Amino acid sequence: MSDIITVRNLYKIFGDKPKVAIKALKEGMSKDDILRKHKQIVGVQDINFSVQEGEIFVLMGLSGSGKSTLQRLINRLHEPTSGEIVIKGTDIVKLNMKDLREFRQKNFCGMVFQNFAILPHRTVLGNVEFGLELQGVDKEERQEKARKIIRLVGLEGNEENYPSQLSGGMQQRVGLARGLAVDADILLMDEAFSALDPLIRRQMQDELLELQSRMKKTILFVTHDLDEAFRLGDRIAIMKDGLIVQMGTAEEIISKPADDYVKTFVEDMDRSAVLTAGTIMLPVKERAFTGDGPRTILRKIRRFGLSGILVTDSKRHLQGYIIAKELAEYVEKNKGKEDLKMDPSLVREALHVDRDMPLNEVINIYQEADYGPIAVVDAGQRLEGVIVRGAIIAALSEGYEVELNDSSEPTESTESRGPSESSKSSESHAPPDASASSRPGD
Amino acid sequence: MLPFRIPIRDWISTAVDYLVSEYAAVFDAFSALVYFLVDNFKDGMMYLHPLALIIVIAAITLKMAGWRVALFAVLGLMLSENIGLWRAFVETLALVLTAELLVMVVGLPLGVFAARNDRFHSIIRPVLDFMQTMPAFVYLIPAVMFFGLGLVPGVVATFVFALPPLIRLTNLGIRQVPKELVEAADAFGATGSQKLFKVQIPVAMPTIMAGVNQSIMLGLSMVVIAAMIGAGGLGEDVLRGIQRLQVGQGFEAGLVVVIMAIILDRITAGLGEQRSTT
Repeated sequence: MSDIITVRNLYKIFGDKPKVAIKALKEGMSKDDILRKHKQIVGVQDINFSVQEGEIFVLMGLSGSGKSTLQRLINRLHEPTSGEIVIKGTDIVKLNMKDLREFRQKNFCGMVFQNFAILPHRTVLGNVEFGLELQGVDKEERQEKARKIIRLVGLEGNEENYPSQLSGGMQQRVGLARGLAVDADILLMDEAFSALDPLIRRQMQDELLELQSRMKKTILFVTHDLDEAFRLGDRIAIMKDGLIVQMGTAEEIISKPADDYVKTFVEDMDRSAVLTAGTIMLPVKERAFTGDGPRTILRKIRRFGLSGILVTDSKRHLQGYIIAKELAEYVEKNKGKEDLKMDPSLVREALHVDRDMPLNEVINIYQEADYGPIAVVDAGQRLEGVIVRGAIIAALSEGYEVELNDSSEPTESTESRGPSESSKSSESHAPPDASASSRPGD
Repeated sequence: MLPFRIPIRDWISTAVDYLVSEYAAVFDAFSALVYFLVDNFKDGMMYLHPLALIIVIAAITLKMAGWRVALFAVLGLMLSENIGLWRAFVETLALVLTAELLVMVVGLPLGVFAARNDRFHSIIRPVLDFMQTMPAFVYLIPAVMFFGLGLVPGVVATFVFALPPLIRLTNLGIRQVPKELVEAADAFGATGSQKLFKVQIPVAMPTIMAGVNQSIMLGLSMVVIAAMIGAGGLGEDVLRGIQRLQVGQGFEAGLVVVIMAIILDRITAGLGEQRSTT
């Protein structure tokens, strides 16, 4: 993926003496002092970031943090005071009004607003075709396209309705459809779901992600809601006083907050929605292979004192799970047999989750589990690690940031598993030493 | 306090004399236009049988304001015809329509311009205040000076009196278009005129229609007063009633004015509502 938007040294000062304000900022004066002393309002200062093609980039901050200002600078609804905004190789700060208008038509899917900002005098169809109409696309073509998008956002049958006849969630779908109907790459969304009630909001977020997986737009999303930011954003920039204080993926931010400001934000956060199976999994210490005989497997289990073992083929594809007790009984029963073969009925289905699954969903699966740990697999169903109950609890508790980076350290993982040890025997699956990679035939 | 009198009256009179003599051609052309409009409206309406016109008006009323008002219009207009005020009714309606047409032609662009240009807005505001607070009768004098007695100064005075609310409400309506709607249009790369005609004016339409409604109402009240300078119509009958102390005759003419006012008001109010709800 390549950068589609690159912003360099961007400043926006509201007031009549922007140069004075920028100079003061560079000398280290604070935003408040500049307002008091020079009567200039600092919109954003010293902004540097890039947005990659096809990602959802979230600008997060409280009101007055400059996030909406920054977004409006990206399509020059606000004139930048200084700096560069390079979009697809063009520095749009240098464009004249006419070229800017054309650039917007070609590259921006308009904007989606908190209060929808759809035209009350037009039908749903009339609103969705608006962007195309401005571009001079002829009526038949633009209406056909608009109808297609209306279906896509689930508003079929409402084409001839007026906005006042629609619920908030549906109105915002119109706003979204209006943007998507335009054949451009960059979609700006300003607190797009903030006016909706929580359930509808959640639903719209899911739908946006679902649409995004199909349409692959580049979305610059502004929100004050950290949960929303973490849910939607491939990357997130947290803003304060017109500055970006931290930028990164949700996991980076939650595990390593850059300063106290971000930390206080992150503290209220529902960690289970952000952390994924991949972040809290432990390495697999030992596993069985599909070709292994029952006695070999039993030996592996006993060496590490496990209650069971995961089975993979030689390419790490997950095949199942064997419970130690059942295997031991089987071996005992067939004591005399020289060339004992593995009984396939002993290999049970292994509980497994995708490495990107949020922790709160992992917890649900864990609660339903009768046996074994949860295996973590990648997109190709290859075994990557295991999750044990202790790791989940540790991840959700305070002070997790420190532990995360040391999760492979033996003492720590045993300690954190301590309190719940008795509740589930399978937790002993990940013992402190040894590693699968040292196995022959791997 | 001052040893002399400030000669405002002389200044104004001199200025008017100067304008009338120097720009006679302009005033003549304007007069011709007004006569053309009023005569056409009047002849057109008089050409129809009263019953036919009543049906036309009732149909418009039915569409814009519902059957109750339409029924009222039919009864009211038939009453006007019955008491012999039909011709006066048509004359007054022609005057109002002419004045309103001129008001819209001048007022809408000025209102739009005032909304888009703060400097012009700050200049025109006191002018509008002046136009609205000046006693209505005062307009009659310069109108007569420029155009003599008759129908034209009546239309001019009506025009001046009815213009401010349309400019004000057009300006207000466009300024009240939510900022996000304009931003949305900008974000899609709209040109200035696309923004104006596809977003600002349509969204402001209910407010603009309220301005049209108000200016028609003011215009109607002025048309009656304009009878004093010979504009004709229902005002003449009211005036005659006053001069001869014929209460009954004055009341009848006044009643017809009220009927016309209600019909016009409901039709134009309906216009605004229709825009905002459908």
